[in-house]
Formats: sequence, C-alpha cells, structure tokens
Amino acid sequence: MKFSDFVASDAIRARVEADSKEGVIREMVRALVDAGRITRSDEESIVRAIMKREDLGSTGIGRGVAVPHTKHPGVTRLVGTVAVSPPGIDFESLDGDPVHLFFLLVSPPDRPGDHLRALENISRQLRDDTFCRLLKAAKGPVDIQHLLEEADSQGVAS
Amino acid sequence: MSTPDTMGDRDTAERQTLSREVVVSNSQGLHARPADLLAREARKWRSRIELVVDAHRVDGKSILDVLTLAAEAGTRVVIEATGPDARDALDALGTLFAKRFNELEEPSNHDGSTGHRHVSRGETPGH
Repeated sequence: MKFSDFVASDAIRARVEADSKEGVIREMVRALVDAGRITRSDEESIVRAIMKREDLGSTGIGRGVAVPHTKHPGVTRLVGTVAVSPPGIDFESLDGDPVHLFFLLVSPPDRPGDHLRALENISRQLRDDTFCRLLKAAKGPVDIQHLLEEADSQGVAS
Repeated sequence: MSTPDTMGDRDTAERQTLSREVVVSNSQGLHARPADLLAREARKWRSRIELVVDAHRVDGKSILDVLTLAAEAGTRVVIEATGPDARDALDALGTLFAKRFNELEEPSNHDGSTGHRHVSRGETPGH
C-alpha cells in the first residue's frame, strides 16, 4: 500500500498548532473533516476512539513518530493524514522522545489487513533517516506531499 | 511449549540458532501494540532475534521492523534466536503468540467471523 492510497493530501498539516497529545489528534481529525474525508458528526467520536486506543498504549512507536489510529464505522475505506510538529509533542512514546511526525489512520471496522498494510508502508519508509529528516524540515503541506510521492515511487522501483 | 526446537549449530552454545514456527492468531494481526510487545520482549534477551515471514527477514527487537511484516491473522512466522539464551527467548516469544498478545478480541459490529480459525493453535510444530 502506498501513501497516496490513504493520505488525504488536502488534510496534511506541516506545522500543527497543538502542543499536546489530544490537541494534535483533534487537529488532525478536524483536518480530515475539513477535507471532506469524514463527516463532522463523527468527529468527536473518532477523537474519543483514538484517545481510547492511546490509553491502551501509546502509538508513539519511537524515532519521533506516532501513528494514532482507530477503527470507525464512519469510514468505508482507510483514510489518513500526516502532520508535523517542528518543536515536538510529548506523546508518551515508547522511547520517551517527543514526537514530530504523525500519521493518523481511521479504518473501517472490518478491514484489519488494510490497516496493517498502511502501518507496513509507514514503518518501512520511516526506517529511512533521510525521509524522516526531510519530513520534519518540510516548509508546507506541498513539501510533505512531494516527499510522500517520492517515497511511493521509490517503493515501486525497489 | 513442547515444540521441538531445531538446532542450527550444536557445537557452539553461544552461537546456536534455534527456530520455532508460530502463527499470528489474534484477529487484528501484528499491528502496533503486538509489535511493541514483541520487540520489547525480544530486547530482554541477549540473543539476536529475527522474525521470518516467507522471504522477509526482520530484526525482532525493532518495532519498525516488526511492523514491516504486515502479518495478518493466520500468518506463519518463524522466530529465530541466536545466542546464549536462545531457548528461553524462543519460549518467551512463543508464549506471546500463543496468548494472542493478550488482546481482547473486540466485540464486533459484524458477524465476528474474521480469522478465528487459528485461535486454538498459537504454535505449530517445528520443522
């Protein structure tokens, strides 16, 4: 699965305003609402579901990356977005480091495989330090979009 | 834990590679939380731990590596441990698979028919 298969490009945020775990999750879910990917009436329940998942164990998987996610019946296909916090946010991550890169995923309840394939793609790309560094340094959503496209096309070539 | 282990190198205890085949038996597969549990457990041991799915071999001590397996329910995973505590490491990791990573199977809105065929067998005989 490629980034372009699930990342809503018009919901990418290069500089989140939030400085807390819940704040950044809210901001990203709102971005998906504003981009028309999820309905406004589902916004609050999706935020709550993602926070509930975080209670089970942080999705801050280390290396300054977090993948907050949930299943929700409000979507019929996997949707996601990307956000960057240049100063970093305390996300109670597994290695204790602040998180700069966020990949938020909302998947339909009956598609665990799609969720795994999105995680596979994200984690495979994030093993590349250059990719992480460039994402963190992105000046705007268009820069991020281009980085994701580049990662997608290299994935096809390799 | 009665599965026979295969000895890669009988002569040198420090370098012996033991392997065990297990099956991902929680319905959601090796997503972020099980991958974290797995990598965390693997890091407790001195042995090198690798996970192999088909031709894909990854470092079992790295959550990012484990996630790249995208192992769904039913996937067969070979755990390989190389080092002085290989056997204990395999036992501990095998137990995590057998216990389905302590995942509570979520009440489903649907018919609940996803991937439960393997629930009674967290482990398969070695090869």
